[in-house]
Amino acid sequence: MNLFEHIGRFIVMLRWVFTRPEKTKVFRKRFFNEVDYIVINSIPLVAFLSVFMGAVISLQTASNMSSPLLPEYTIGYITRQSTILEFSPTIISLIIAGKVGSNIASEIGTMRVTEQIDALEIMGVNSIGYLMLPKILATMIFFPFVVVVSMVLSLIGGWVAGVQSGLYSTETYVVGLQAFWVDDADGLYYALTKTVVFAFLLTAIPSYYGYYTSGGALEVGRSSTKAVVASSVAILLANYVLTQLILI
Amino acid sequence: MVEVKNIDKSFAGTQVLFDISAQFEPGRMNLIIGASGQGKSVLAKCIVGLHEVDNGSVLYDGRDFSAMDRKQRTEIRKEIGMLFQGSALFDSLSVIENVMFPLRMFTDMTEEEMRERASFCLTRVNIVGKDNLLPAETSGGMQKRIGIARAIAMNPRYLFCDEPNSGLDPKTSIVIDNLIRELTYEYKMTTIVITHDMNSVMEVGDHIVFINEGKKWWEGTNKDIIKTTNEEVVSFVYASSFMKTLREKLINN
Repeated sequence: MNLFEHIGRFIVMLRWVFTRPEKTKVFRKRFFNEVDYIVINSIPLVAFLSVFMGAVISLQTASNMSSPLLPEYTIGYITRQSTILEFSPTIISLIIAGKVGSNIASEIGTMRVTEQIDALEIMGVNSIGYLMLPKILATMIFFPFVVVVSMVLSLIGGWVAGVQSGLYSTETYVVGLQAFWVDDADGLYYALTKTVVFAFLLTAIPSYYGYYTSGGALEVGRSSTKAVVASSVAILLANYVLTQLILI
Repeated sequence: MVEVKNIDKSFAGTQVLFDISAQFEPGRMNLIIGASGQGKSVLAKCIVGLHEVDNGSVLYDGRDFSAMDRKQRTEIRKEIGMLFQGSALFDSLSVIENVMFPLRMFTDMTEEEMRERASFCLTRVNIVGKDNLLPAETSGGMQKRIGIARAIAMNPRYLFCDEPNSGLDPKTSIVIDNLIRELTYEYKMTTIVITHDMNSVMEVGDHIVFINEGKKWWEGTNKDIIKTTNEEVVSFVYASSFMKTLREKLINN
């Protein structure tokens, strides 16, 4: 299959994803299971990565500021802008695409090769909607909160690293975090908007690859790899397009 | 009754089913047999709508399933139970949750009513005290029986079994065959079993359709199959020297 055939089949699949669930009660239960499985379970990893990411951003910024004309609070300002605009929404999404994407593709792919999806279809269940809608909605709704947590922890990481190394004081860092916020607050909406789009991509694309797996265990593994690669590429492309559309 | 009329099916330009017609009546064990790769599983998947037919039609008590849209098919599917070759139990659900699954999706039963119905179905297939186990914690034969319990949970009018004996020892195979037969007779279901297990053919084959090279090659009962002179059927059913000797003795008697 070429790229255009994949895109066509993906769009047809989405029609079945966004249909009314057969049983609201069952959907609600699956939705909260997915919130727990995909979103809550990712928080420890995101927290760990964010603290160190923020620390490295602030240390690198500080080490590259050689001009005495640049005020010291620029470190806090650059850390904030890098974290909010790019690192938390995009890098965290890419990492979660790796963690969650392979998981989703292998879960649905295994269900396909063990005929569990056929069993759903024969019972009259819309298997695409049943399996994918809770995952996609749970991630689109709750993943932005994880990214906000990441932003906060990243800024805390930057503060701890800088103060600990004696590169800047807490006051200077905080002044940097607050600098030009009135003008730059829109950046937060931009970041959260793209997070919602990334959340869709990092669940829908692996679901697609898992659902259309055929064969056995080997193919499930291949689908899982393809899903991670494709969702990462899609996130990077979407990042560029959204930045062009919203920021420029 | 399930009826297939003049079914053709191709994949990527290769035709695998040629003009197949057959009637499968209720209250009988209808078997579709044939060697591997001859089209019997494709035929079964066409009947249940997992594959679309190129030509011809599938009728469920006169209702043209192949001409229906997804919504109309969903109504028919609620009347279908299916046992899969690998059981296809949902890994993440316990034994009883698996059996309750169709009830949860398509009925307004209370939790207690669903549990009661599921327990009844599990008891009917001789699974007792295993409600909270996961499918992976049960044996192959048990998984087949749980699959049957799930298939009959909605009181289906039509029961499909795709190679119910695959991977089972001969004794357990007979238990599964007899269980399917008992349920078929008891509930007057239209049961279609895809198999290449000769024990099943001889033991429970009330009506047998032999598929070869994608065509309906022969049709009859388990008694007819002993006497048939159809070369393809004979070479398939009596492939081993033991079976050939047995056949000769049966004919001579």
